Amino acid sequence: MNKIFAISNVVLLEMYRRKDFYVLFIVTALITAVMGSVTFFKDAEIVRYLKAICLFLIWASSLFIAIGATARQIPAERESRTLFPLMAKPVSRSQILLGKFLGCWLACGVALVIFYAFFGCVAAAREHQWPLANYFQALALHWAMLGIVVAMTLLGSLVLTAVSSNITITFIAAVAILLVGRYLHKVALSMTEPSAAIITGLYYVIPHLELFDVRDLIVHNWPLIPWGIWVIALAYAAAYTALLLLLSWLAFRRKVLQ
Amino acid sequence: MAKPPVEMSVILKTEQLRVEFTSREFRQTTKVALSSLDLEVSAGEIFGFLGPNGAGKTTTINVLLGFVTPKSGAAYLFGIDVRQPIARQRIGYLPEMTYYYKFLTAEELLRFYARIFGLARAEANKRIDRLLKLVDLEPARRRPLKTYSKGMQQRVGLAQALINDPDLLILDEPTSGLDPLGRMKVREIIQRVKNEGKTVFFSSHELGEVETVCDRVVIINAGELKAEGRVADLVQKYQTSSLEQVFLKVVGYETSSARTPAAARTPNA
Repeated sequence: MNKIFAISNVVLLEMYRRKDFYVLFIVTALITAVMGSVTFFKDAEIVRYLKAICLFLIWASSLFIAIGATARQIPAERESRTLFPLMAKPVSRSQILLGKFLGCWLACGVALVIFYAFFGCVAAAREHQWPLANYFQALALHWAMLGIVVAMTLLGSLVLTAVSSNITITFIAAVAILLVGRYLHKVALSMTEPSAAIITGLYYVIPHLELFDVRDLIVHNWPLIPWGIWVIALAYAAAYTALLLLLSWLAFRRKVLQ
Repeated sequence: MAKPPVEMSVILKTEQLRVEFTSREFRQTTKVALSSLDLEVSAGEIFGFLGPNGAGKTTTINVLLGFVTPKSGAAYLFGIDVRQPIARQRIGYLPEMTYYYKFLTAEELLRFYARIFGLARAEANKRIDRLLKLVDLEPARRRPLKTYSKGMQQRVGLAQALINDPDLLILDEPTSGLDPLGRMKVREIIQRVKNEGKTVFFSSHELGEVETVCDRVVIINAGELKAEGRVADLVQKYQTSSLEQVFLKVVGYETSSARTPAAARTPNA
């Protein structure tokens, strides 16, 4: 386990010393701060729009961070050949994969905590309340969803040759699932066979990332999700993440590296 | 308990190693990189591994380090199959070029590898201090590696290869691109490692250097073992005056003077 933590620590250090995260955070913070400072038509309801936009930016930024950081991990290490001195040590390929996954996922977690804390400050400044339990539920589900995305990107980085194609394909897949994932089986009803069967099958196979999108919970200050449902959602994310990591390991374990 | 596949004094062994690379193009072609390669390296010796470019030296090292899986045959380090990560617990590896995380400092890099080897923090600190002094990088220990010169990066490479106090050091062209001072430093360290009774597997093009430091050499060409023995024995066997000439003879290269008939070399003949 110590080896996995050592590898993830290097991933975190790399993220900390790169500029990507800072740029995304500054852009998100600037847009939110500017919007937060404006009062449109003195309408109190405008706060909801502000919160919705801010959360949308956080979701977009977190997807960029998760996919961008993970996609370059193994291909960049192969290209710069830093993977080879590491693999010459008593460390297995599964430990390298888990270390990379953990590092990227933890980095996403740190980014989310900073983003949500900033969002909380902006929202509290306008609404004078701080529903911590809502934030906690939303952040945890968001982080669990990013676990699936990180594992998906890691698998893509082992199957696809170019980093850019992996980033593009994974990003499109994640956004497509978020936008149309929940309607796939309904779309299938209006189709003929075999397309209907394929689309229905796809509906049951894909990880439903949209289930983790509980932004409305915060935007409209809705009551908390029942904790049992929340735990089941986290378990669902853990199962998909484990499955994707298993597939990544199968792709990586016999890969010729030179 | 299963019998180990090699004797305890032989710490590196390959048996009938065969590696093939298949192209991913439409018309798949297969290139044989190694063919029935048998190697044995005993404890305490400095073993020179020679061959022209494309002979299969790096592929052999890649198999030993688990980067490449052979088509057939087997390789063992300390009697353990190289496919098991634990086989690499007692080795140090210095690649030809400096392939290290540029955003880390030398100290952070060594600490990272120490953690991979499972060293306790106090022991790791002691070794990091000692190694950074050994490679003359103590004053630059907290500088990012991206600010290091090539020579300094190669010395960091040596330090990381020694962090676990290895019994076998695998060096792939360790002096490539270094200035004479850097080469001297690397040579000193190799000698020091030998004096401590450790084994060195030394792959190099620098035949003069190999002649100076190695106890025994192997020359491979086109993935096959062509010659093996002590340098003096090989020189005698091939009736030459240096390892370089042995090398050229073994790989089938004839110098222009050897190719040209004597009459043609004589002026006004």
